[in-house]
Amino acid sequence: MMDTAAEEIIIKGISASPGVCIGKAYLVDREGVEVVEKYRIADKKRSNEIKRFKAAVKKARDELRKIVEKSPAELQHAHILETHIALLKDKMLYGSTIEVIKNEGVNAEWALKKIVSNLREIFQTMTDPYLRERSGDVVQVADSIMRNLVGAERVNIAAIDKRVILVAHDLSPAETSQINLERVMGFITDRGGKASHTGIIARSLEIPAVVGLKSATSSIRSDDLIIVDGRSGNVIIHPAEDTLVQYEERKTHFEEYKAVITRESRVPAESVDGVRLEVMGNIELPEEVFALINYGGDGIGLYRTEFQYFNRPDFPSEDELFDKYKDVVEVMDPRPVTIRTLDINGDKALANPVGSDEKNPALGLRAIRYCLKKPDIFKAQLRAILRAAAFGNVRILFPMISTYFEICEANRILDEAAQSLEKEGLPYKRDIEIGAMIEVPSAVIMADVIAEKVDFFSIGTNDLIQYSLAIDRGNEQVSHLYQPLDPAIIRMLKHVADVAKEKEIKIFMCGEMAGTPHHIPLLLGLGMEELSMNPQTIPDIKRVIRSLNVADARSFLQDVLKQRTARNTFELIKATYGSILAEQTYSD
Amino acid sequence: MTYLTNLSPELSREVVIVNELGLHARSAAKIAGLAQNSKAAVWVKKDAEKADASSIVDILTLACEKGSKITLMIEDKADRPILEDIVNLIETGFGE
Repeated sequence: MMDTAAEEIIIKGISASPGVCIGKAYLVDREGVEVVEKYRIADKKRSNEIKRFKAAVKKARDELRKIVEKSPAELQHAHILETHIALLKDKMLYGSTIEVIKNEGVNAEWALKKIVSNLREIFQTMTDPYLRERSGDVVQVADSIMRNLVGAERVNIAAIDKRVILVAHDLSPAETSQINLERVMGFITDRGGKASHTGIIARSLEIPAVVGLKSATSSIRSDDLIIVDGRSGNVIIHPAEDTLVQYEERKTHFEEYKAVITRESRVPAESVDGVRLEVMGNIELPEEVFALINYGGDGIGLYRTEFQYFNRPDFPSEDELFDKYKDVVEVMDPRPVTIRTLDINGDKALANPVGSDEKNPALGLRAIRYCLKKPDIFKAQLRAILRAAAFGNVRILFPMISTYFEICEANRILDEAAQSLEKEGLPYKRDIEIGAMIEVPSAVIMADVIAEKVDFFSIGTNDLIQYSLAIDRGNEQVSHLYQPLDPAIIRMLKHVADVAKEKEIKIFMCGEMAGTPHHIPLLLGLGMEELSMNPQTIPDIKRVIRSLNVADARSFLQDVLKQRTARNTFELIKATYGSILAEQTYSD
Repeated sequence: MTYLTNLSPELSREVVIVNELGLHARSAAKIAGLAQNSKAAVWVKKDAEKADASSIVDILTLACEKGSKITLMIEDKADRPILEDIVNLIETGFGE
């Protein structure tokens, strides 16, 4: 290894989990299955080539069978794999590849690649996002055959015996969860996005990860020195001396910061004048619970339940849901777990659940509207929640409430669910707190009436801001108007907080606004009792709360309410609380 | 569409996809599983496109969302029980 002259290269991906790691690369799929050679097969040898292809398919099937047998706990995963097994022998994949070998006299790899790229093209033109993504299944199945054809054995991640950074084309959630933290400092992949299951597991393992790099496996070789910056999403190959020094510092800085945070994370978030706030975490997967506890979360303020409904063609059964909820509830007990009922919307995979193409999914049939229209699906979830409630501290949160009628209906169906459990003699708990998400302007205006039907409000700022200012955050033309500090938003928050106080119900916030340090003085002034955020931000927010005085924050709010623009409000925060912002220890 | 009308009603059936996520890998696998036992070809037709019902991939390429109307066709009368089974499967939303 004398190529010290190798030039420093930076490749940019998507940040999946923060932190910095520096070390030797370890390629998981040594021979990329992407580069495929083409060569002719003589007439006489074609039947042998077909045999070679069939043998590769058989091996791929045996591998999948083994994984299915080993993963009895992962029901969901297992049935995806069963479908993959059926796909291996599919005419369009298996039969067509054999046809191409026979008729065109090309090698098996090339024939398979040709078939897959044709299929991929067909899938790319589909309009339904969920169906379009099914091409991923076909590609993964083809990849497993290809690996066996070219003899590129998958490295067994669990067996790695030195400190390395994993470099892979793609890591499945199952592979990611096999990572041995003693050995693996971090990982990077060509494929994947921030919201992928793999990214979520990386965050819960608390190791740096960058995904979606596209060219990582083609530009990095095993044993190359690389730097992974999980926050910016940059990966540096062959770093120069001064880059190394710079990142060593950044790494030390991050680790010190984390050490301080961990030490302090269990200290309650009590303001200087003795007001205690609960700082909670938003989670999506049961696996995130441990990270949340490590970060000092006082409970779960938002448990998103959509995940169990994704990546599968059918709806999860009540028992499946109950098992997942119970796991979380038991681990968290006595800390509260706020389970938000199904919030299917246009962003997510179960798009257009009614089949009709909705032009405006954000304004369409989603969340509570969908559930009220599908009482069977709704009731199965409510029964699962009520049953899990017998094992700890559970609250229910109904999303997207926009009318009084909806909250009444939701409560009525909840009662029905409880009665049916009673009749069947199953253990459950009905006496739990019920909350309404306040994220639609009509709910803000009707808050006083809605309050009569619930024990708490939880303000979902992301949607509330979008719906109030009539902007689509994803639309670059207007996304600059997405301003949590817009005076219209602050007045709405004030109104909801006042109603909650008057009606003597609790008031929480679970949108992104709650996890942003410079918004905290405002939220204290408004009298929020609980803030819920990404688990990683909990320690920082707790620290900010401990440095503030609620009485001051209340009079500060009066000044804020006089502002006419978001910009002025931001300037006012900076002028008054600039020191808090400056103290944010780790930012690039 | 002309040749469809020429088909004997015994050899074809129209069905609407009722399950939430449309015809997916798993539901397509169930159809293909049945169609693979047929004597002659079994086809799934949506609009102007036709797919081999014994192939999961081919069914998937039709992109049948919920609410899609499809026609199932067989070529041999002996496959009528299979046709009925597939219709049943689709109409009951694959037992989902």
